[in-house]
Amino acid sequence: MQQSKNSKVMLIGGIVGYLFLYIPLIVVILFSFNNSRVNVGWIGFTFKWYKILFADKDLINAALNSLVIASISSFISVILGSLAGIALHKYKVPLLSALILVPVAAPELLVGVALLLFFILMNFTLGMASIIFAHTAFCISFVAVAVRTRMHGMDDSILDAARDLGANQFKTFYLVLLPTIFPGIIAGGLMAFTLSIDDFIITFFTAGPGSTTLPLAIYSMLKMGVTPEINAISTIVIIFTLILTTIASKISPQLFK
Amino acid sequence: MAILEIKNISKVFEDNLVVDNISLNINQKEFFTLLGPSGCGKTTLLRMIAGFTKPDSGIILLDGIDITNLPPEKRPLHTIFQSYALFPHMTVFDNIAFPLKMAKWNKSKLIEQVEELLEDVQLTKFAHRYPHELSGGQKQRVAIARSLVDRPRILLLDEPLSALDARLREHMHVELVKLQEETGVTFIYVTHDQSEALALSSRIAVMNLGKVEQLDTPQDVYSKPETYFVADFLGKCNLLSAEVLAINHNIITLKVADILEFDLIIDEVENIIVGQKGWYSIRPEKVKAKRQDPDDEDLFSVKATVKGYYYYGDGTLYEFLLANGTKIQSMLSNNKATQASFFNDNSDVIIAFEPESGNFLVR
Repeated sequence: MQQSKNSKVMLIGGIVGYLFLYIPLIVVILFSFNNSRVNVGWIGFTFKWYKILFADKDLINAALNSLVIASISSFISVILGSLAGIALHKYKVPLLSALILVPVAAPELLVGVALLLFFILMNFTLGMASIIFAHTAFCISFVAVAVRTRMHGMDDSILDAARDLGANQFKTFYLVLLPTIFPGIIAGGLMAFTLSIDDFIITFFTAGPGSTTLPLAIYSMLKMGVTPEINAISTIVIIFTLILTTIASKISPQLFK
Repeated sequence: MAILEIKNISKVFEDNLVVDNISLNINQKEFFTLLGPSGCGKTTLLRMIAGFTKPDSGIILLDGIDITNLPPEKRPLHTIFQSYALFPHMTVFDNIAFPLKMAKWNKSKLIEQVEELLEDVQLTKFAHRYPHELSGGQKQRVAIARSLVDRPRILLLDEPLSALDARLREHMHVELVKLQEETGVTFIYVTHDQSEALALSSRIAVMNLGKVEQLDTPQDVYSKPETYFVADFLGKCNLLSAEVLAINHNIITLKVADILEFDLIIDEVENIIVGQKGWYSIRPEKVKAKRQDPDDEDLFSVKATVKGYYYYGDGTLYEFLLANGTKIQSMLSNNKATQASFFNDNSDVIIAFEPESGNFLVR
């Protein structure tokens, strides 16, 4: 009796939690198809805002910039972050494992200002490259943490076993270690990609002329109020993220358990 | 013939001498056991044989060839790990095929060999399962098959049964001995479980604090312990303080626990001098107890009182006290099924034993 009462409470709590998370997103998606300039009442269904969106060259450019930045910086952070994660697990240097979390935990504002000062000091022109560097700097931590977590769950003796059964260090790495930590790498990489795509604050400090990203573009559009175009672009981003997470959850449990 | 020669091997970890100048010869087709408490250096020694740990000094010869500096993948020997160490992303088949793939066997021969091994360990039906879909015993068998598939010279086993429950463990004892006899592969087995070591091994090296205390057959390690540690570590043992009163050829007269005095025939008298202190060790099952004096000339007998007993099912372990308070344990087998105890607490008995069924251990 008590048991079922508890589980009912939990179920209701769960539903309320999910509604809280998803209602704003659903509203945004609905209004992106609303045939009205203002986000107040439902007038009728339209694809108008999407057409306007795809005709907006600046916005498309910003989106492309974001994709390029996210792809390159998550690619670099997957490689460096995986190596860092493996090293952190293997050598267990006490200070280093705390330091890897600092870029994650530090206020983005500070990181942004620090990176800006760094680029100015190094005489580095602000633009796409500086944003990629900045994003890589904080994405490495996420990949490293994801990979290290995966390594903690791994039985270290499988690496010894591979050597013992005739694999050299290189084969042990790509036949045993890499497949075992691959879900961690994928998870870290996707996290890095999403973080990079929607990062605003750090990008704001490190962007230069001609390197406007999607969040920066949306922000400048917001100055004119929340328009249906913003709803439309948000809808696209939501669906894109949904597809990415679905792919990730489909790939990893199937291949590796 | 020695397949593996370990010569003056030492290893220091963080200022601890974990393995202290050990030399051993392991014979072909032997079931050799390294037995000792945790921290005695047995696993470190095994890892040095496997090649995971480099010794600080000394050399290891396999078939007369120095392998001390060879990496693990170049040594024709395999390890069975405590955790089995199966590759989680590979099927049973691929796990077992791994060593053959590394050795670049051609595909048809590889499939044939893996299928034969799968049959040997009765896992043919499970060939396409992943390790997480197997029971502990099945994982164990995959690990064994994977380590024997390319017929290594030596199989190293690092407490391989410690993760299994007691029943399965006993079943695996039988299986391991059978497997060793069938394959003819030399086994080097590491364990802290003395009964496992006694039941499985052809020879046992009892280790303590980085040294080999005694290297003998299970029978000799158990019945003729050479040191206090060995007598104490293997099974139950009465260890009584003793002093040599006289030596006459190969007979020594001992004063034991300050009040007992008897003669003991020993094999070697060279290291023993009059006045030498040490221990007299005797197993509880060698100590008999009667209500009256047994009147047997070969037996040494003495009065004692019953302090207590523990019922073990197949036997009852009694604790007797000598006149000066010295404790002596005696294991008496329970002949009558219904009998819980032969003696009552505090009753007087005569305990008797053959002096030669025990040993004098030099301090």
